[in-house]
Amino acid sequence: MRIGVLALQGAFIEHIRMLESLGAETFEIRNISDLKERPDGLILPGGESTVMSKLLQDLGLYEKLRSLILSDTPVMGTCAGLILLAKYVEGGRPSLATMDITAVRNAYGRQLGSFETYAPFADTGDIQMTFIRAPVITAPGKNVVVLAQVDGNIVAAREENQLVLSFHPELGKDPAVHRYFINMISGNA
Amino acid sequence: MTENRSKLNKELAQMLKGGVIMDVTSPEQAKIAEDAGACAVMALERIPADIRAAGGVSRMSDPKMIKGIQKAVSIPVMAKVRIGHFVEAQILEAIEIDYIDESEVLSPADDLHHIDKTRFNVPFVCGARDLGEALRRVAEGATMIRTKGEAGTGDIVQAVRHMRTLNSEIRRVVSLREDELYVAAKDMQVPVHLLQYVHENGKLPVVNFAAGGVATPADAALMMQLGAEGVFVGSGIFKSGNPAKRAAAVVKAVTNYNNPAILAELSEDLGEAMVGINADEISILMAERGK
Repeated sequence: MRIGVLALQGAFIEHIRMLESLGAETFEIRNISDLKERPDGLILPGGESTVMSKLLQDLGLYEKLRSLILSDTPVMGTCAGLILLAKYVEGGRPSLATMDITAVRNAYGRQLGSFETYAPFADTGDIQMTFIRAPVITAPGKNVVVLAQVDGNIVAAREENQLVLSFHPELGKDPAVHRYFINMISGNA
Repeated sequence: MTENRSKLNKELAQMLKGGVIMDVTSPEQAKIAEDAGACAVMALERIPADIRAAGGVSRMSDPKMIKGIQKAVSIPVMAKVRIGHFVEAQILEAIEIDYIDESEVLSPADDLHHIDKTRFNVPFVCGARDLGEALRRVAEGATMIRTKGEAGTGDIVQAVRHMRTLNSEIRRVVSLREDELYVAAKDMQVPVHLLQYVHENGKLPVVNFAAGGVATPADAALMMQLGAEGVFVGSGIFKSGNPAKRAAAVVKAVTNYNNPAILAELSEDLGEAMVGINADEISILMAERGK
């Protein structure tokens, strides 16, 4: 199993370490030549969505990534990655716009509003969730399954091959979300 | 600052990795920086090159001006306070700044003590020239480190020296026996538990950016290849001929710092770089402030 991690900006190394601890093979996506072979899965990490969105265009990655996602490559977007996948972005421009959700950027305000909590995710029970200047999901489309909520806000959801999280599963020590994603790739979730 | 808050603040710095933080002096410049791909902006009244030219005492910026920049962009907004000036820091915390830079670029307010950053909920980044300075700032509560370099010069030599020094000292600490760390901590004047972290992990306990003198995409890529996790660009952008184009080129250079073909392409036709001053020719070495 080869998973490509978008490595334009942000916390991509943390994802790579987490995936490798679960035995998955990873590679960094920095320009179009990195996508010569079709990956089994894609990760869009946390960072600044405005930066990644611009670099996707400037480095010629946008069309290729979008077509991979639209042709059913499993993809996981965390925080900024969620914003990149959202069809609608409140207070910003959509980027890949492949998933039928609305992302509200900086929904908890500035850094003083960042927080950590425990809440149930999918069927795994409580996991640690770290929210950093995080977005939330509103208006999930009819094929979107909500996988986690915190204080009434949707913070994790899935539509077919696309998994998005407002929080950062790559920052803690618990690989539950990455394991879920790997199961998604192998068709077991 | 609770342990949990400190962790969240370190993690915000992790999200900035691989990015470029740009000095801006107005909402218009902040917008240009955001559109060019800056991962955060540093709001200040005068960029370091102008602070250097004007002389006199340089202080925290007008909160109104900072708030204008917070309104203009959606990316994190940072601002500088004088070394040791904890009231300037309280003011910036009150306007919910995303990161405070306790900076040698401003005139120091205290020639002995840095701010006790553990008393704040907002995160702090501090400059360092070597491992000892970096770990002393972390002990005081900094959750991000940058090289000092020599701000406002457009001369990369000091940033290179600071990054090389820091990383070679880290390699030395890794090579020590565990029972040698106590004396090493004493010699470096740092807490032993932080040195033990460096010994075990081969890196600082917080994210480390390059700053001070970055003027070209090549400078930014040089710092990344030397081990920086991201780059601050101060005077280099808005003191150049074509700020928007240069800013975008520096952003791409940081992402593709290991790809000479892309670096060559984006170094073309950027217009005039900031003129720059040789770091040996200036009378005030800002990097000497706050050890």
